Amino acid sequence: MKRLLARFLIFTFLLIIWLLLTYPFSIQELTAGAVVSLLIALFSAGSIPIFAEMRTGPRAIIWGIAYLFVFFFELVKSNLDVAFRVLHRKIPIQPGIVKVRTTLTSRIGRLALANSITLTPGTITVETKGEYFYVHWIDVRARNIEETTQNIVKKFEKYLEVIFG
Amino acid sequence: MELQTVLPILGGLLSVVGALFLLLAAIGIIRMPDVYNRMQTGTKATTLGSILFLLGIGIAQPSWLGKIVLLILFIVFTNPISSHVLARAAHFRGIPLAKGTVRDCLADDEAGEQGVCE
Repeated sequence: MKRLLARFLIFTFLLIIWLLLTYPFSIQELTAGAVVSLLIALFSAGSIPIFAEMRTGPRAIIWGIAYLFVFFFELVKSNLDVAFRVLHRKIPIQPGIVKVRTTLTSRIGRLALANSITLTPGTITVETKGEYFYVHWIDVRARNIEETTQNIVKKFEKYLEVIFG
Repeated sequence: MELQTVLPILGGLLSVVGALFLLLAAIGIIRMPDVYNRMQTGTKATTLGSILFLLGIGIAQPSWLGKIVLLILFIVFTNPISSHVLARAAHFRGIPLAKGTVRDCLADDEAGEQGVCE
């Protein structure tokens, strides 16, 4: 059942990419794409275990869509913040590498969290060790690991927890 | 107004805003003190910059929208990996952090020190 679901996910994923690539598409291209996606999904599902870890319930999908908006909002906010620091005459930065702890357990969840942290300007994930992430932060304004986790991780984590676990 | 006249204007405006963010990234690369902070502006102000720029083109030219969405997805999935690897390589190569850096928990943990990081 789990493998069937993984195959279906790969098939849908490949087909959507193909449709975006050939948009506006004809029925001929659609059929060819569907056949190739189906073949790939049938022969490769076992070798991509990371797809099998994803949750696919309706709750995960709704929170996933909500996460897109939350993430885009954070992206704009931190972009403006970094832009302000760049243009300021004195360059008001307080850089440093801090340590944060995540409660996510799945590999794909941690991947999504680390990439979200890196994509927001002002923070880069430098290294990960198990549940700890080392993050280069442009404005260190927290004293210990709880505060840094609260500042950097929590806003993404509460959504990713539902989506990936 | 006709949709045909509004869309190119809207797309053009979005592209200009995106280009502004790219300009800010370039200024940041010149002004920031060390490699890590340059990366903060140089690799990441470009995320929003490129997304807005591409989206602007997609809105002005709706038949390209599918490919534009793919490009944006590609940037969103690859950009964090390259910046993470650059920062990691710089750190393990031993490139020092700028003066005024508050702390370096990764170096502390590798040296086995119990500092302010816990």
